[in-house]
Amino acid sequence: MRHLTYLAVLAACLACALWLEPVLRVGVLRRWRRLVLTLVPVVAVFVVWDVVAIATGQWSYDPGQLVGITLPGRLPLEELLFFIVVPLCAVLGFEAVRKVSGRR
Amino acid sequence: MSYTIAAVVGAVAALALDLAVLRTRLVLGRVFWLSYVIVFGFQLVFNGILTTRQVVRYRPSAILGPRLVGAPVEDLVFGFALVLMTLSLWAFWSRRVDP
Repeated sequence: MRHLTYLAVLAACLACALWLEPVLRVGVLRRWRRLVLTLVPVVAVFVVWDVVAIATGQWSYDPGQLVGITLPGRLPLEELLFFIVVPLCAVLGFEAVRKVSGRR
Repeated sequence: MSYTIAAVVGAVAALALDLAVLRTRLVLGRVFWLSYVIVFGFQLVFNGILTTRQVVRYRPSAILGPRLVGAPVEDLVFGFALVLMTLSLWAFWSRRVDP
């Protein structure tokens, strides 16, 4: 089970924000084209940053706590998912704040 | 200090994106900062788990040293850049697609 640590953290993170979609009707997933246009540049920039940081030894990952799927650039699958999950959670939170406060 | 420098450059680039490039100017409003405070709280918890359990390990010479809930301070700056770039793009595409 230890190899699922990072994946479980990502799932927990997503669970903390995803309920905002049906409950507050923030309409983030519904506006999927806008979401894709937002996520693609973010994923591109941060994956490059991550790959460079791994290559230059700024940080590393414990293989024992990863599922073991490694993408080009020695990027763990979880890191790619991180750059999708965290921005998605941020957008859900942002839209929830807008909805609740009624402001821009 | 290489991560320190990269994180600061990333945050400045995100600020430039928001203020000058996309001109979404989120950092001048209240909604962004309210959202960021919430995201920041979750970041402390989840990033704290990843760093205290050493899922991610940092080369000591790449960071300054101070940590907050297990995470090097650089991670907080990295997170700011990630969130600001995301929300700036999200705001930019407002009215342009899927109004």
